[in-house]
Parts: sequence; C-alpha cells; structure tokens
Amino acid sequence: MTDINPKVDPSQVLEIEQITLEGMDISGHWNRMFEQRVIFDYDLTTMDRIIDLPGGESFGWCYQCSQCIAVCPVDHVGSYGPRKLYRDVQVGANLFDHPDLWLCTTCANCLRVCPKEVNMLEIMPAVRAEAVLAGDVPAELQDVFEKTARYGNPLGQNPKRRMAWTRGLDVEVPVIADLGRKVDVLWWVSDYPSYHPRGIEASKSLARILHHLEVDFAVLGAEERHDGDSMLRAGEQGLFEMLAEQNIAALNTYEFDVLLTTDPHAYNAFLHEYPQRGGSYPVVHYTQFLADKIEAMGLSEDLGSKITFHDPCYLGRHNGEYEAPRDLIRALPGTEFVEMWRIRENGYCCGGGGGGMWLDGHAAGHQRMRLSEKRVLEAVESGADTLCVACPYEVSRFEDAVKSTNNDGRLAVLDIAELLASAMGLPTG
Amino acid sequence: MANEIFVVTEHLAGEVTESSLELLAMGRSLAATTGAPVVAALIGAPPAAAATLGGADLVLVVGDPHLSEFNPEAHAAVVVALVNEREPAIVLVPYTSIGMDLASAISVGCELPLVSYCRRVTAAGGLAATCQLHAGKVEADVAVQGDRAVFAVLSGSASADDGRVGGAHAVEEIASPVDLSGGKITFIEFHEPVGGDVDITAADVLVVVGRGIDSGENIELADELAAALGGAVAASRPIIDQGWLPKSRQVGKSGLTVKPKAYLAFGVSGAPEHVEGMRDSSTIVAVNSDPQAPIFGVAHYGWVGDLFDILPELTDRLEG
Amino acid sequence: MNIAVLMRPVPDPVEELEISPDGADLDRDYLGYVVNEFDEHALEEGLLIKEQVGGTITVLAPGSADEIDDILYTALAKGADRAVKLGTDVGPLSAHALARLFTDALSDIDFDLVLTGVQAADELDGQVSVLVASMLRLPHISVVTATEPIAAGVRVTKEFWAGITADYEVTLPAVLGVQAARQAPRYVAISRIRQAQQGEGLVEADAVPPERGSVRITAVRLPEAEDGAEMLGGDAEAAAERIIEILRAAGVVQGG
Repeated sequence: MTDINPKVDPSQVLEIEQITLEGMDISGHWNRMFEQRVIFDYDLTTMDRIIDLPGGESFGWCYQCSQCIAVCPVDHVGSYGPRKLYRDVQVGANLFDHPDLWLCTTCANCLRVCPKEVNMLEIMPAVRAEAVLAGDVPAELQDVFEKTARYGNPLGQNPKRRMAWTRGLDVEVPVIADLGRKVDVLWWVSDYPSYHPRGIEASKSLARILHHLEVDFAVLGAEERHDGDSMLRAGEQGLFEMLAEQNIAALNTYEFDVLLTTDPHAYNAFLHEYPQRGGSYPVVHYTQFLADKIEAMGLSEDLGSKITFHDPCYLGRHNGEYEAPRDLIRALPGTEFVEMWRIRENGYCCGGGGGGMWLDGHAAGHQRMRLSEKRVLEAVESGADTLCVACPYEVSRFEDAVKSTNNDGRLAVLDIAELLASAMGLPTG
Repeated sequence: MANEIFVVTEHLAGEVTESSLELLAMGRSLAATTGAPVVAALIGAPPAAAATLGGADLVLVVGDPHLSEFNPEAHAAVVVALVNEREPAIVLVPYTSIGMDLASAISVGCELPLVSYCRRVTAAGGLAATCQLHAGKVEADVAVQGDRAVFAVLSGSASADDGRVGGAHAVEEIASPVDLSGGKITFIEFHEPVGGDVDITAADVLVVVGRGIDSGENIELADELAAALGGAVAASRPIIDQGWLPKSRQVGKSGLTVKPKAYLAFGVSGAPEHVEGMRDSSTIVAVNSDPQAPIFGVAHYGWVGDLFDILPELTDRLEG
Repeated sequence: MNIAVLMRPVPDPVEELEISPDGADLDRDYLGYVVNEFDEHALEEGLLIKEQVGGTITVLAPGSADEIDDILYTALAKGADRAVKLGTDVGPLSAHALARLFTDALSDIDFDLVLTGVQAADELDGQVSVLVASMLRLPHISVVTATEPIAAGVRVTKEFWAGITADYEVTLPAVLGVQAARQAPRYVAISRIRQAQQGEGLVEADAVPPERGSVRITAVRLPEAEDGAEMLGGDAEAAAERIIEILRAAGVVQGG
C-alpha cells in the first residue's frame, strides 16, 4: 500500500528499532505522533472506537493539513474527505451510523498525497464492517448484499444464466470444465460483463479479439461468482470471505497459466486479497495482456475519433498501471488521443468503487452531482468525442451521466475492447 | 340445503362490497348448472344492506351485538356454524382481508376442502376451479375430491352488476347460531387513511412505480414524468412498505382502486393484488425487464426493457 | 413473550417458472426456493416484540427444500433463539399438510404467540396462518401490519382496503398472519450467518409428512397474454416515441 504514496522512500527512513522513554513507546516510523494531541472538551469515544479497530489506527494520525481535500473526488461535488471526517468525529459525529460513512469510493487519491498515510482503504471498510454487523446499511446497498449472497452477483441475476451472453455468438467461448484440460488463459469475465447489456457488448468484442489472436482460453462459466472486492470495501467482510472461498475452490480445480481479468476490481482482489486465502494465481488485466500484442491484432480500420481515457482507480492508482491502456489507444488508427486534466495518479473517480456502484440513491442526497457526471463534463471539456474506459462499472455510469448532463450525441462511451475490435474490423454487437 | 351455493358476503361500515356482488354473480352462474339455490350470508350489517344482494335467492341477515364491527373470531364462528347447519355443496368466500380470516376457518371447522386464488369455479362434472398462483405467474386447473368444497375467489373474477339481480331475494333476519360471548378478540377502533397530498383516484394519468425502481431516490424520475404529463405518481405495495411513498399513493387490494385514462406502470410485476386495483384503467402501458411479468397480461401495451432507460426518454420528449 | 415463528420456502420469483413434462406441476428439478417474504416480516415483527418485552423466539420450518438450512440460520443470526427443521425431504406440501406439520410440532413448544406470513404465493388450499389457528382452536387475525405487546396480550392492526385499518386486542395464546412488519426486515451480516452455522441453534425434528389432501392440481400453465397486450419493440427511444403516440390517442397528451 505504501506504493501509492510516493512521498515516503523507505530506504531513506532512519528508524530506531525499539525505544521506550518514560514508559512511553516511541519506536517506529519517522512521522508518527508520539502521543495523540490532547484535545479538551471533546468526547473522543467515537475517535477511540475507530482507532481501536484493526485497520482503523491511521485515522488518528491526521493533522488536518487538507492535502486530501484537494484531491478527494467527492469533495469536488460536495463536502467530504478524510480531514473533514476526522474533524466531524472529533466534535461528536458517530461515523458508525452516519450518511458520510457511505460516500467514500475508496479511490485512494487521499492516501497518495497524505503525509501521515491516513489510509481510508483500511479505515472505511473497518468502520463499515461494524455498521454492517449492527445492521446500519443504506437500503439499496442492503439489497445488493442480499442479492450477491443469494445469486453470486450484485445484479440479482439467475446464476445459471451467466453464460447466456455467449448464446448465438459468432465465436466460441469454451467453459473450462467442458474442455477438461489445462488452458493458457482463464478469462475471469465478471458480473456486469456477463449480465449488463453494455458489458456484454464489451465481452463479445474481447471474445472476438482473443479468437483473432488465437489465444488458448476458457471461462469458468456458471461457477464464476462476484470477486467480492467491492463487498469487502463496502463492509461485508463475511460476504467477501464466502465468495472468495467459493471462487478459490472452483479455481483450484483447474489448471491454467494466467488469470485474465476484465474488471480491475477483480484484478485487485486476485492480487491482494485472494493469495492469503489460498488462491494464488498469476493475474493480468486485459489491457496489459493486449498491450504487447498490438502488432498481432492488426489494427487497420480508421476510427476517426478523438479519444480520451479514464484511468480506472483500481487499475491505475491502486495498482500502478497507466501505460498499457494508453499504448492500446495510441495504436488505434485514424484517432487523436487527448488527455483530460485529472489523469494517471491524479485521475478522477467514476464513483463506482467501494460500493458506490450501488449507493447512487444515497449519494444523491449528499452531492451536487454524481462523480460520473463531473467526469463526463471533464471529458467533454477535453474536446474528445469518445470517452474510453477499461472497467465494467464505468460504461453504464458514464452513459447515464452523458444523458443526465445533456451531452447525448456529443460523447460516446466505449470500452477499450470495443474500440480495438472496431479497429480490427471485427463485427460489433 | 344439500346442494346449496352459500356465499359469504362482506361489508365495511354497513356497505356491501363489490367483491360480494361478484361472488353472487358467480353463484348465479353455478346455480344455472346445478339448479341449486344461492344463499347469501350477511353478517353484522344492518338489514337494509341486504337490498343490493339481488343475486341471492335467500339472504340470511345475522344480527348480534358482537358482530357490529368485523371480528375474525366472532364472524368465523358464525359462518362455521351456519355452514355446518346448512351443509351447502359450495361455499364462496371473497379473497380479501375479511375473507382470508374466514375461508380457512370454514375449511377446518366444517372439514371441507378449500381452493384459494380462484378465478373461475365450475360444478359440471365435479367441482373444479381455475386459480392464479405464484403472484399471477402461473395458472392452475384444480379438481376437488368429493362433492362439497370452499372456494376463495379473487376480486374481479365476475361482474358485480350480474350479482345485483336474478335471485328470488327473500330476506331472513336471524340471531347468531352460536354464543359469541367470552371471545378473545376485541375490536378497538378503525383508522381512516391519512389524508394524502394527492388523491390518485382523481388523476387522469398515473405514473406507477413498483419494485423495479430499486430505491426511494429514483422515484424522482417518476415525479418528473408525472409532472410533464400533468399526472400523479402512485405505487404498488412494496414501495409503500419501504416507506418511500405514503399510503395514499398505494394502488391495489389493500390500497386504492383507480381508473385513470392512462396508467403507466414501471417496474410493476402485476401480482393479482395490484391488478385488482387498476384493471379498469382505460389505457394501460407497462414497462418491465421481465418478459414473464404478469402485468403484461392486463396491460394494453407493453415494453420489455430497462425503466431507467425509458423514463428519461419519455420525460425529455414531453418537455422538449 | 414466547413466540413461535412459522417460516416456509416458496419458488424463487427470479426464476423463469417452467412446467413439468406431465403438465401437472412446476418443473421442480432446477427450481430454487427463497423464504416466503411475508414470513420474513413475521420474524421481524417477532424480533421487535422480543426487543420490547423479552422472551424467546423459536422458528419452525419444514424440511422441504435445500434452502431451508440457510433460511433457519439467517433467522438465528437475526436473533431467534432456536430453529427447528421439521423432517427431511418432506417435499412440496399443501397448505393443509404444512399446517398439520406445524401444529404437531407446536404441541412440543411452550408459546404465547404464533406469527407467520399471511399468505404464500403457492398456497393453493388455504392460508397456513388461519389453518393452524383453526386446528389449534386459537384466536387469529390476518393481514396484520403492526403489533404492540400489552398487559392483556397483544394489540394488533389489521389492514382492510383503501388504506382503512382497524385495531384489535387479542388475549394470548393467539395466531397472527403478518402482512408487513412495523419496519422492513432487518439486514444481518453474512459473518453472523456463518457464525450461526457453527453454533447449536438449529435442531432437526422428526416429522411425518401428512397424507395428500383432497384438492388436486390437474394442469398448470403459464398464462397467455390476453389479447390486449400489444408488445412494443425497439430500444428505449423507439418505444418512448410509440408510447407518446399512444398517450396522444388516449387524449392525455396534446396532439401535434
């Protein structure tokens, strides 16, 4: 996680292993406060409760510098950020039962700039987990938890229909159980690309590309369940554990060289959460997989678009991949690539992470506009006619935002796979 | 007596319900097959209320101080006693809040088979019924063993007007056949519906939301369409149960019955309890992502798709 | 107050219902079941009463679907004290058979109040709540939307129609058919359900599946759309255009 914060170079830190002074333990990292600043007249019960949670310790290190507020995507359309939450808790807000608990999208931009490494990626899930245990969950999110627990996907779709998108497709999408052998690539399709109409179009494009490249691949099929990463960030630890258990049990039955993910959230889960639970697989995001196969793809059709790219938080800031998607976009013939101004490490968030995908109703009561709408306005400002995305949460969010910001017809939203397939002259839809 | 068709009627505040008249109509058509008399039980209502029950050959008006307001225990005891005494071949009970308290009690207390969710009841060649199960998704034909049964009938299964006429209409006032003192249920008071901001029964156009709307905040989309149409927003039961709209907006069996010029249903599945409250609307347009949704059975026009796609489209076109 | 909550599974509405080859039943081979929604409300109402006046909650369910264990563990995780699974593989039961299963089991339980959902979507031959009450000769009220424990027993709100409700007082023991609890059924975290799975709250009891009733389904079908329903094709834009035309024809939108 300290990879996200470039300010601290561990090799330059002089750390005394262990030192105790007058009964106080003052060993440790160079910028720790030795003692919480004493604040009189405030009831710090909630503060203490947060700090005592596993994962919640860093909340207490905030010294109100406000670097985080400058980059928090929710603050740009409302009033939010770690610094503000700290102050609210300090003066009595009970974050465990509070609307603000559910506005953080875990985009990690705050952690990137925080000199004290206040880690919302650990704090939010920890506090949310307590709220979930107490049953204090916004109704729309509760509904999604229940659907995911029952059907293995947050859309509440029949799990048996997970492969329905492949019916009648011009290329084959084999299920690894049917093949009965090892494959080079196990493609983890994910829920929205299997069930959502726009996600399905991207999946079809990717399937056609894989065929064109003669990749030896298969999918898990109906055994595949939601990866659980967003459920973990949203506080449903038990649900995540259950999904991880089921997915790992399924994956460990088969042999494959690499796990290919469509969804950066699944990518993140397989990299950081599954290994310690018995599921260790080489994993790659499809943009990374395709980026070194540009020649073989044979991109020949002029698209005639001006394209801008939205860095997915969980591919970019969380996991450091900014170049692979850009390599692909720059290779699209007949196109101009323009960048928005909040990109790469400072990329803006679409609002879908951390459970945000299922909290739009809640967020609407606390934000001037949706994060996706803010981002769409930025895309339009860049002069692009196409907003290119690489995460399945984004297509539907941005398309809705295009309509609600009255930019219908001015900005198309397309997955990288769709653009590549078009440039390769492959069928679309 | 023996092959009598016994109709349990219901009333609220002395006014006989449409459902009761529908049952009488059904009784009359069964009588045409079996030649049996149609006997209606009117329990705890003023005798004057019997005037509308023209479809009955005999109306038994049962009076007792314990019956002045509906009391599940007292009313069930009376009906069970009457059915045991008269041994009718067919007992028709409305499938309503009142009927529910009675039908199963008759089945057990009189040891009779019971068929619920009935749309049609026939007696030719044995007792049988056609029923709607699984919230209207499935239709079932049901045969009854034996020659006597109880049928709980869904509202709207016959024409209420046909129940107002056709019978000999003798009226007999009787006392309760059982001692009703010492009961365990005491009626306390009625609550009229809280006056809502909008009377949905008076609107020409209704934009109606069901479970598919997913959250209270999304109802705003329906508000916008309703405003563009000069209509009102209403909802099916689940929305009201969640507290996203007040009770005054509920369409259906336990809500209000509406007959607007246009009824636009978004994400409403169309369970019988809801359909009962809106089936007489002049033009019904239904949007649902489930092609099997029962609402398409009662709608005039339907579109299978995402209500979140089409709601803003409609509003834009009307405003633009 | 000691409360018994009766819960039962119903076919999952997310499934496309299919008819079995002999046309006399649903195709149950691949059918998934969920808990009857009204029974969840009954449990919620029971939990609210327990929070108000204490006591124990025992949940009873027939061993008639694979999903029953889940349903019972969820009830335990929400706060029920004991869960009893009645029999194994007792198969889909008629309302009368289910009511007998429950009444047999209730004879071993010390209860003041029985709560269960007012109806279930597949209950062809009656309402289990009223059947159980009648078999036990206990007072019952159906279509309950709120309860309030009082000294004499329970005060109950019954819903009629058109928004009209009435309050009754009932002495205990009694049976209530719940339409809706005072609040939406609470959420329980998966980790608590998993904890319940490790605990001892769920017991299995022998139960004799009762004999067939006297009401028999002879044929089942998916209803055809009545003549009126004209399906509009196309995407949202095309359908919206069509609908506006329809509304114009209906005189609800100005022409032009």
